[in-house]
Amino acid sequence: MTAAMTYRDAIVAGQRDAMRCDPRVLLMGEDIAKAGGPFKTTEGLLAEFGPQRVRDTPISEQAFVGAAMGLAMMGYRPIIELMFADFMAVCYDQIVNSIAKHRFMQGGTLTLPLLIRTMGGGGTRFGAQHSQTGESWLLPIPGLKVFCAAGPQEAYDMIRAGVDDPNPVIVIEHKALFTRTAPVRLNDHGPIEGPLRLVEGHDITIVASLGMVERAVEAARRLAQNGVSAEIFDLRLLRPMNVEPILDSLRKTNRLLCVEENPAAGGWGGEVVSAACAHAFDYLDAPPARLTLPDYPMPYSPALEDAAIPSVERICAAAEDVVYRGLAGGAWSG
Amino acid sequence: MIPHNRALEFYEKMLLVRDFEDKVHQAFQRGLVFGTTHLCQGQEAVSVGAIAALGAEDSLTYTYRGHGQVIARGLDPEAAFAEIFGRVTGCSRGLGGSMHLADLGLGLLGSFAIVGAGLPVAVGAAIAAQMNGRGQVAMTFFGDGSTNIGAFHESMNLAAVWNLPVIFVCENNLYGEYSPILTTTPFEDLTRRADAYAMNAVMVDGNDVGAVYAAAGIAVERARDGGGPTFLECKTYRQCGHSRSDPASYRPEGELETWIAKDPILRCENWLKGEYGFTDHDLGLAKARSAAVIEAAFERASAADWPTDVDLRQATLARPGEA
Repeated sequence: MTAAMTYRDAIVAGQRDAMRCDPRVLLMGEDIAKAGGPFKTTEGLLAEFGPQRVRDTPISEQAFVGAAMGLAMMGYRPIIELMFADFMAVCYDQIVNSIAKHRFMQGGTLTLPLLIRTMGGGGTRFGAQHSQTGESWLLPIPGLKVFCAAGPQEAYDMIRAGVDDPNPVIVIEHKALFTRTAPVRLNDHGPIEGPLRLVEGHDITIVASLGMVERAVEAARRLAQNGVSAEIFDLRLLRPMNVEPILDSLRKTNRLLCVEENPAAGGWGGEVVSAACAHAFDYLDAPPARLTLPDYPMPYSPALEDAAIPSVERICAAAEDVVYRGLAGGAWSG
Repeated sequence: MIPHNRALEFYEKMLLVRDFEDKVHQAFQRGLVFGTTHLCQGQEAVSVGAIAALGAEDSLTYTYRGHGQVIARGLDPEAAFAEIFGRVTGCSRGLGGSMHLADLGLGLLGSFAIVGAGLPVAVGAAIAAQMNGRGQVAMTFFGDGSTNIGAFHESMNLAAVWNLPVIFVCENNLYGEYSPILTTTPFEDLTRRADAYAMNAVMVDGNDVGAVYAAAGIAVERARDGGGPTFLECKTYRQCGHSRSDPASYRPEGELETWIAKDPILRCENWLKGEYGFTDHDLGLAKARSAAVIEAAFERASAADWPTDVDLRQATLARPGEA
């Protein structure tokens, strides 16, 4: 069945359908039951599933994120809502030292099927402590799967796939996307295996995640008007990253741009560029480029926040810079 | 009164823990143990007494000083030794080490090497118990030092507000790593921590295995009956240093000797002889049995293979469809 719905409603539907399909699924988080979630991402779930399966917690991320592990080992499939991705910092021990490593430290003799949903990203005037995507905090941690939801279908599928997965999964949702609307296929999800090509092109490969994806798609439309054909990928699977489709694309376009909503240091684009240099070096016609946040915390003022986050215009400019450098380099070397 | 056989069983378990820890210490000197270890000689009555109050369906979390809990719960000493020696026959196939002994089949959910990290996990097991209605309880062991970390407070609070079937067993051994309790905590009686969360709290002589068992039994029954969590403070003493590298030279003169006179195994021997009529001969037989079990487990574990063929990627992430 397909229905048009907002990103926010797709998040609700993903949890609702997972709970309908499996009585072991329960939700815990701050103000997710009676209030339906501070961002209304759990609205209606208390009414349908009751207070045992939809639980308002104290403001105690260490306790309820750690508790998800105990629930998972006891046969439940908890979904945790972490209100802001920034709050991963207060339960980073639970995520990084306990959840990510427990299976390994037990020799792979147990599974930890649990899902943490968290809402990140800027553009919403929340300031420096409520605007991070958290991607760079999770990128280097073995033992986690991390999905980044760039649209309603992805949000729905990633929640369903995350609940089905035998591993700990973190789904990052983007706050600036809540009102985006698209048709969503329900109950038709598979595993999240890697990046998804959204636009086909031959001059440059642009990889984006979360809120940068729709901007990259719009940039591709504008670039086409200037005669530049961009191929756009939604990264989707941050960890373990699957770069093969991107490398395949690069062998065709010979140029790479990563668009990230995190500062450059430690960002996922570094991994993509590294893979490109290691495995597709001979195909590159221009230095791989990254468009990221600047190296300072997110400013509050709209004038400054909008300038910090890569815009469609800046993506177009960065792409053209890569393409024309590539062309110039090609002409010069020829 | 605790039945005759049960009392003897407590003694045998405590011997097993003591012999196990002494053997780990020797094995370290022989080069069979790597990194570090945190031994629990002197605290055996806490793990043995409290775990004896649990049923087969119950579960527990514990700490890097957790050998006592796993042996008391019935983990095969060979699997525990082999894990500490980094061998493939270890309970975690040699990937975890001394600080990560576990066995889900025995309800041993895990040994947490970050102070306080095991408490939220036990709280989660208690939520599961409350939901599934099977009358299970969870138990979590931690030291006095843990009561100063955030995860402790968050876990106590959540357990109290949700009335969860969990028993918080505090092994108050008077030292947080190298630091005496009163240099890091404003009072010695940690039941005061429970008062802050309006939680049932009990203080017990942690070197008296019968007393620990009785107090834990009441807490477990209370939790099973929907009476909620209990904070069980067990006053005890760590006869060794914090870890392998700590000679414990900071202890005041005479303190160790005072506590060795109150040694839980010695206490248990006097109890068995005084209350139950066991003889030195009976106790000697028990000691010989324990020593033989530990020696055989040690020999097998130290001869086991390295885990060089374990699929480490698969140990990191499960394949779709696994469990």
